[in-house]
Amino acid sequence: MSQSSSANVQTETSPAQRERSIVELKQIASQVRRDIVRMVHAVNSGHPGGSLGCTDLLVALYFRIMKHNPDFSMEGRDEDLFFLSNGHISPVFYSVLARSGYFPVSELATFRKLNSRLQGHPATEEGLPGVRIASGSLGQGLSVAVGAAQAKKLNKDNRTVYVLMGDGELNEGQVWEAALYAPHRQVDNLIAIVDRNGQQIDGSTKEIMNLGSLRAKFEAFGWRVLETDGNDLEKLIATLEEARQLLGQGQPVMVLMDTQMGAGVDFMMGSHKWHGVAPNDEQLEKALQQLLVEEASDY
Amino acid sequence: MKDFPYSESKDTRSGFGAGLHELGKTNENVVALCADLTGSLKMDAFKKDFPERFFQVGIAEANMMSMAAGMTIGGKIPFTGTFANFSTGRVYDQIRQSIAYSGKNVKICASHAGVTLGEDGATHQILEDLGMMRMLPHMTVINPCDFNQTKAATIAIAAHEGPVYLRFGRPVVPNFTPADQQFEIGKAVMLNEGADVSIFATGHLVWKAILAGKLLADKGIDAEIINIHTIKPLDAAAILQSARKTRCVVSAEEHQMNGGLGDSIAQLLAREEPLPLEMVAVNDSFGESGTPDQLMEKYGLMENDIVAAVERVMARKK
Repeated sequence: MSQSSSANVQTETSPAQRERSIVELKQIASQVRRDIVRMVHAVNSGHPGGSLGCTDLLVALYFRIMKHNPDFSMEGRDEDLFFLSNGHISPVFYSVLARSGYFPVSELATFRKLNSRLQGHPATEEGLPGVRIASGSLGQGLSVAVGAAQAKKLNKDNRTVYVLMGDGELNEGQVWEAALYAPHRQVDNLIAIVDRNGQQIDGSTKEIMNLGSLRAKFEAFGWRVLETDGNDLEKLIATLEEARQLLGQGQPVMVLMDTQMGAGVDFMMGSHKWHGVAPNDEQLEKALQQLLVEEASDY
Repeated sequence: MKDFPYSESKDTRSGFGAGLHELGKTNENVVALCADLTGSLKMDAFKKDFPERFFQVGIAEANMMSMAAGMTIGGKIPFTGTFANFSTGRVYDQIRQSIAYSGKNVKICASHAGVTLGEDGATHQILEDLGMMRMLPHMTVINPCDFNQTKAATIAIAAHEGPVYLRFGRPVVPNFTPADQQFEIGKAVMLNEGADVSIFATGHLVWKAILAGKLLADKGIDAEIINIHTIKPLDAAAILQSARKTRCVVSAEEHQMNGGLGDSIAQLLAREEPLPLEMVAVNDSFGESGTPDQLMEKYGLMENDIVAAVERVMARKK
């Protein structure tokens, strides 16, 4: 633990970000959810279920927790970095990036279309600001985040690296290679988050490949483990703040976040059926009626 | 036929180790990752002198590749080290998505390529790596021929922005290229000018081509011998210039016929200048256990195989 220090614990987000109320964050989350259902509806493809389930997390990170600069630089020195490992939930990532100022919100209309920077799965090839690595083929993001976190240490950069994975994604063996490595090398500037929605394409995670106790597994690997409700912004923010307090103590931190796939849209919730299916016109209307924002600013 | 004097024979992997150590001294952004093969990859000197920049990842190559991609995001220049088999086939998807498609500045350094790995057998003797790596957009593919050239190539790729596959091997081979050479990525090296046939060789087959050139000279055949250390981007101008002069071509590599140097040259000739081509390469087969020399002979990768290919291709010349 010699290389760690309490200097790793950060509080210096922008004043506007710090003061943003839960009410405001909820409004942003609703707007992001509106973007998601409209984006996947427009091209009749994409992954709304996981995107809606992880909306609160990405809003919490980009609008409250992380220090980041929408004037994008790939290296992100002296910034917190976020990696999306389960790249299929690109709609939520793109919406949050656009609404944080990385690129025009109007560009969300190009999602999954020819010649767009908003590829089906996140990519760097077209130069979309805010994306630092391609993801989609599952299981690679934790390793990428571990690498980026170690580079930060070499650069004496005290900011934090965040990475989000799906729970189904934990079927991939590479995740466990990285899970073994990070505590061994004391990568303690890393917060990994698992979206525990209990669903994967062919059914529930219990039925397809039972994950058992993830807390026990990650603790046995040497991680500090926190659990939270990933669709309750207040609890989620409190847990992420707690996770940051645990940094710099020689261990990486894992947040197991329980979510509802499709959260915010009642008929999409709790089923793997909305993993990769877009709503039709009628379903879109129904969804938008549930996602109310005081002053909606749809793209 | 020119003479190619050399004072000693050395392994190309040691050239990599020497180049990496040199980079440790000159470029603080260079980091090294190794999957439990530090000794085999000759990375000990770097590890000893720059321990804070050396990352032992254990037997977990997938994690190593994606982690290397992540380190570039902090401006690091990661050099990954493991056997060629575990540097490519085992981690193709990690390289494809996290490194090539993401345009990351990772240097994939691969030892023990080809049948000259020897006794360990076909599980470890990858003969498909050049093909796999060459198919990836953004990837540069380099296969130097001796110790000095491997060292120079290792140093050169650190200054090149973008993903690189650097392939080398285990056996000792004559160290004949200059110690002070300027390694230029994508630039063929003329070894012997000739008029009758163009021999394009890469890696360990470069020295075999030189030996073949002497045998051919004894038969009155004047062979042009060119070292193609960079498979991608291929030096099309140099290859076409030579082929147009001699009107027939032989390729030589320690790799499958499918996907390697000969395949690259065949594509180029078919598009630009259809001329007879014979390939000295492994013909759609796995390797097996044996000594390196026995295997090179059994799989048709010796100087006499190059001579026979030259005779065949010259007979086809119009």
